[in-house]
Parts: sequence; structure tokens; C-alpha cells
Amino acid sequence: MSEERKRTQVADVDRSLYDFTKPEEGYERYDDGLTPEIVRAISEKKDEPEWMLEMRLAALETYHAREMAPNWGPSISGLDLDHISTYVSPKTKQAKSWDDVPEDIKDTFERLGIPEAERESLAGVGAQYDSEIVYHNMREDVAKQGVIYTTIEDALHDPQWEPVVHQYFGTLIPPTDHKFAALHYAVWSGGSFVYVPAGVTLPYPLQSYFRLNAAGAGQFEHTLIIVEPGADLHFIEGCSAPKYYEANLHAGAVELFVKDGARLRYSTIENWSKNMYNLNTKRATIGADAKMEWVSGSFGSHVSYLYPTTVMAGDRSSCEFTGITFAGATQDLDTGCKVIMNGADTTASVSTKSISKDGGVNTFRSSVVIGRRADRARCSVSCQSLMLDDISRSDTIPAMDVRNATAQVGHEATIGRISDDTVLYLMSRGCSEEEARTLVVNGFANPVSKELPMEYAVEMNNLIKLEMEGAIG
Amino acid sequence: MASTLLNVSALSAGTEDKPILHDVDLVVGEGECHVLMGPNGAGKSTLGHVVMGDPAYRVTSGSISFAGEDVTELSADKRSLAGIFLSYQAPVEVPGVPLYSFLRTICQMRPELKTTARKFRQRVGEIADQLELDQSFLMRELNVGFSGGEKKKIEMLQLLLLQPRLAILDETDSGLDVDALGIVSRGIEAYREQVGGALIVITHNTRILERLTVDRTHVMVKGHMVAEGPAELIGEIDANGFERFERGDERCDDCPGCPAAGDAR
Repeated sequence: MSEERKRTQVADVDRSLYDFTKPEEGYERYDDGLTPEIVRAISEKKDEPEWMLEMRLAALETYHAREMAPNWGPSISGLDLDHISTYVSPKTKQAKSWDDVPEDIKDTFERLGIPEAERESLAGVGAQYDSEIVYHNMREDVAKQGVIYTTIEDALHDPQWEPVVHQYFGTLIPPTDHKFAALHYAVWSGGSFVYVPAGVTLPYPLQSYFRLNAAGAGQFEHTLIIVEPGADLHFIEGCSAPKYYEANLHAGAVELFVKDGARLRYSTIENWSKNMYNLNTKRATIGADAKMEWVSGSFGSHVSYLYPTTVMAGDRSSCEFTGITFAGATQDLDTGCKVIMNGADTTASVSTKSISKDGGVNTFRSSVVIGRRADRARCSVSCQSLMLDDISRSDTIPAMDVRNATAQVGHEATIGRISDDTVLYLMSRGCSEEEARTLVVNGFANPVSKELPMEYAVEMNNLIKLEMEGAIG
Repeated sequence: MASTLLNVSALSAGTEDKPILHDVDLVVGEGECHVLMGPNGAGKSTLGHVVMGDPAYRVTSGSISFAGEDVTELSADKRSLAGIFLSYQAPVEVPGVPLYSFLRTICQMRPELKTTARKFRQRVGEIADQLELDQSFLMRELNVGFSGGEKKKIEMLQLLLLQPRLAILDETDSGLDVDALGIVSRGIEAYREQVGGALIVITHNTRILERLTVDRTHVMVKGHMVAEGPAELIGEIDANGFERFERGDERCDDCPGCPAAGDAR
């Protein structure tokens, strides 16, 4: 296994892996900007229930009512929402077989390795292209266990699941949460709905891949996952986009409901292009004895605001957050997580790594709240930063709000550089300076990459190598 | 007389603000075993690092040639690929980099060592056994949390895998207990036998030399080569120390270009 990973450092990486575009010819693209007409048009096209349209319109009002710029974090002044297209749909129907996916779109996902991963190691795959899911399929044996993995649109058209979506949708992240949550609910499209019945353990992960091909567009997918008591799911989310000069916007929402004694691992590798504003909201609520595991790799985007949140409602529940953020030139990535510990005997562990180079800015921001009821809660937060030069920046802003005297909390943070001694040692064994630095950075990231499924660990190492190329003057 | 492998000629070098090596000459023939001795602070390790291409030191005059090529301006990785190996006195810890895949990487980048994964695994296993190194070490992170003795064994493992034409062992014997010293000595012997490579052993302890056939002995004091002689010189140093080489120190204390030590040679 380690050998396979290492090979990715030696092999050449095809830069065209992420950076290719397909023509939008014949696509349905709604006017830029945001009006009730556009929202109605999206809803009508999806043939939604009335409550969803009402929710969209109410969210649109909230969106317009809220102030644009936050008074903290990276600037998003380059984001002109009047010129972002909120809905771009490829001219295709959702397919259950890759053969039915249009050639150029299929080629995109093949280049990203999705069908191959599906054959080898996944229980199901959803693939979104711009605003719509173009492919969705799940193994039959998994379906037989009662697992549902589909789009929210399809769930809304199913009399059995429409009430379930209605019950959960928008309850964990309300449309009033913040301006971009409101925007999300006004124009959401695509994403996934997953339901795992009580006691069911999925043998392989499910994976959704989000690809934004259109320039100057937004992607607003909604992921709703319900893991019933005692069930176990690993869900993987991947995202990428080619580079454009116009700003793109990603404002997705992820709502995760993990019931008593259930376990959910949610892994993400995000490689948006560097014109992307990634204003994504992810939140989980977990029951008693439940376990939530986040694995998060952020490599792309121009600006990111991303703080996956876990509300630990049940006693004895546990939460682990493992994250890595890589900020290069022109990137300002504000990432971290929030943990709200309300149950007794809950445990949370946050471990993050950040790498900054070429003037990239990394801010780690975390918030841990230990409520009054959370007797004997334990939480540790650790963040390590690696700075590759003198012009980059790394900040750590951990906040802790502890309201229970029996709770134990710990925090540690380190900032380091690659030492000349290390580089020379590796060079004296034949590594070029660039290889030596890449090796050190990969080693730094290793505790995160080994938490990832194999093909994602490889992808992450490739991304690091791509980022490190030409790093030596 | 073996053909010349390494030729250090009139080499002066130091850090930005401090000259360390003064007009040093050192010639090592193909397959020869040389010993470099001297008191603490003589510049022995610095010479090893300068030959390896450590950018912390600047060469102010003179040259280094290896296998007929002038390598004075080459970076350390190029010198490594050309066949120079420096075993570190204090090997550096590299967190998160598994030892085994590191070994694989540094072998695969050398055309002459490229091999299949299976043959490589076998070869690494053999050497690890030879060095009495538990194979579980191979899955650990490079040098991280290893004892001093274990780190030196990892250096020997790399030496035997990479099969360089010249190995510079920088106080490989320091900090080793008797058992580890025995194992490391056997590793060096194996390198001599299997690879037939040349050796520069930097040490101020003669124990590691007991099992080696030494061709030449060099003595450094305060950045100068002050003596060169046959293997027997080691015995004399063992008996009398470096005192007789240290005469005349006062004369070259503050002389960057320093011709003064010449009379001791």
C-alpha cells in the first residue's frame, strides 16, 4: 500500500487531469443574477412539491435581506452574484449506465477516474455535472438491504421518500443560517439523498463527485444523509473544476443525521479551480453512542469558508475531524470545524494540518462549545502548520467555550518549516531539491492521507506534487 | 595503485562568515579505504559534507573531482547519483515518510538499480537480516523515534542498497554500543566485499577500524591536513593522541589562506 502511494510521487502527473473544459453548446443556462422568476423556473423544471417552491422563495427573500460581506475572514469582493449563473444544465437525462451519459461528460468523469473507482471499490456513485446529476447508480446487493442512494429531486418524486425529505430537509442548516445558506436554498440543484436503514452496514463507500464545467456559474448541490440507529456508512465527496478567469461559486449544503449507535464517515477531497469561491456549509447531528468521522482535504478554490459542524446531541457520542488544507498563490483558505458537545461522556478530537506556499494564506478557525449538560466531555484540538516560504501566511484561531466544570479540553498548535538539514539529507540520497521538499510535504500530510480511501490518497499525493512542481526557484 | 576516484585539491571552504577548511588535499583511489582522523573541531565532518555538496558551506578555492569529473559546482543529489554517499553522524528524522517506500524511491531513481517490486523486497529483507534490523522497522517513518544505533543501521542499509562508488562514513561509530558497533562494522565489510567501493572513514575512535584493511590514514587539525601516512599511523595516534600534530597551531589560528601548517606534513 505504501509502495503504491510512493509511486505517485515519482510518476509524472498529467496537468490536464483537472484543467480541461468541455463546450457548453446546447446547454440550458438560466440568466445571470437572482430573481423570483429564475427560482420559479428551477422549481418548475424540477416539478417540485409546493412546499419546496415556497421554501425557495422565502430563502430568496432572506438572501436579499442579508448583508453581503461578512466582517471577518477572507474578502469575497471579487464575487459578483449578478453575474453568476445559478443554473446550468447539460442536455441530458440522468443515466444509470455510463454508456447513456453523453460522450464529453462521460470522458470528463473517466479522466477523473470515477467509473474505474466505481467498478473497483464503491457501493454506489453519483456524478453531478454543473447543476444536474448525470449519473447515479448503486450495487444491487446494497439496494436489496433497503439502502437508498439517489438525488433529492428523485426522492421528492417518490411518495415514500417525499415526506422523509420534507421532514429533514433544511432543518439542520436552516435557510436563515447565513446569507449563502439562504442563496443555497433558493437555487439548490442536484446533490444526493442517502438513507441507510437501521442496523445496515455498507461494505463499500458511496461516492458523489461534483464537477463544475461551466464558466461564471454556481453549483448549489444539496446532500442529505440519514443513517438510522446502528447503521454504518462511509460517504465520499469529490469536487473539481477547470480554471476560468471569471469567478465561480460553490455554495452547497450537507446535512447529516446520524442516529443512536450509528456511524458515518464523511470524506472529502476538494480541488476546485483557483477562481472558485467555496462557501460551503456542512453539518451533522449525532445521537447517543453515535460516531461521526470527518476527513477533509481542501486544495483548491480562490477563497474558502468551510467549517464542518458536528452537533453532539447524544450521550457517549464521539466525533473525529481530520483535515488538511493546502494554500498556494492567490488562495485564501479559511477552514476548520465546529463541535458542539451537548451529551455527557462525549469525546471529540480535531486534528488538522495546513500547508502554505507562494503567498497562500491559511487560517485555521475552530469552535468548540461544551454545553452545561456535557459532563465529563473530553475534547482535544491539534493543528500543525507548515510554511514553505517567507511570503505565505498561516493563522490559528481556536475558540473554546466550556460551560461544564467536569469537561477536559486541550489545544496544541505548531508552525514549522522544512529544515535545510532535512532537504540536504534527502538530496544526499539522490532526491532533487523539489523531490525532497515534496517528500517532506507528503510526509507531513501522511496522517491525513492514510485516513482516505486508497484512490483519494493517491489523488491527494498527486495534488501535492502538482502544487510543489516548480516550487524551487 | 588504483586509479583516482576522488581528488580534493587545494580546497578551502567555510560557512558565510567563517573559514573552516584550509587548502585541503585528499586523493582516494578506486576501492581504497581511507581513514580521516583528528581532534574535535578539526573540520573532518565539514570536509565530508563539502564533498557531498552541502550548500551550508561555500567553496572559496580549490576543487573536488569525482571519477574524472569536476563536481565542485554540482548539487548534492547529482553527486549522490554519480556515486558519492555520506553516512550521517546524526541522520535526520523525516516524519510521515515510510522507510520502505523511501528506500524504493531512492533506488528506482537510479537506472542501474531499477528492479521489480518483488526482487527489491527480497533484497531489502536480506540486508535488514544482515544488519539484524527487525523488518517491522521498514514500515516505520524514516528515522523517526529510532535509537542512535538503529539510525546508523538504517544508514548502513541505504549504503548497501545504493552501492555507491565512494562512501564517507561520518562518525558512524559514535554512540554505538559494542553489539551495534559489531553489526555496523560487518555492514561496512559487506559493502567492501560486495560493492568494492571506496571508503573514507571519519572517526576519532579506532575501534571501528579493527576489522578493516586501511590503505591510508589522514590527520586533520584545525581545518588543515597535517599528516598522511599508512595504516600504521592509526596505531601511533592510538598510543599518543593528536598532540604532536597540534604543534604550531598558534601560527595558523587566524590565517584564512594559511600556508603555515605545511611544516607538519
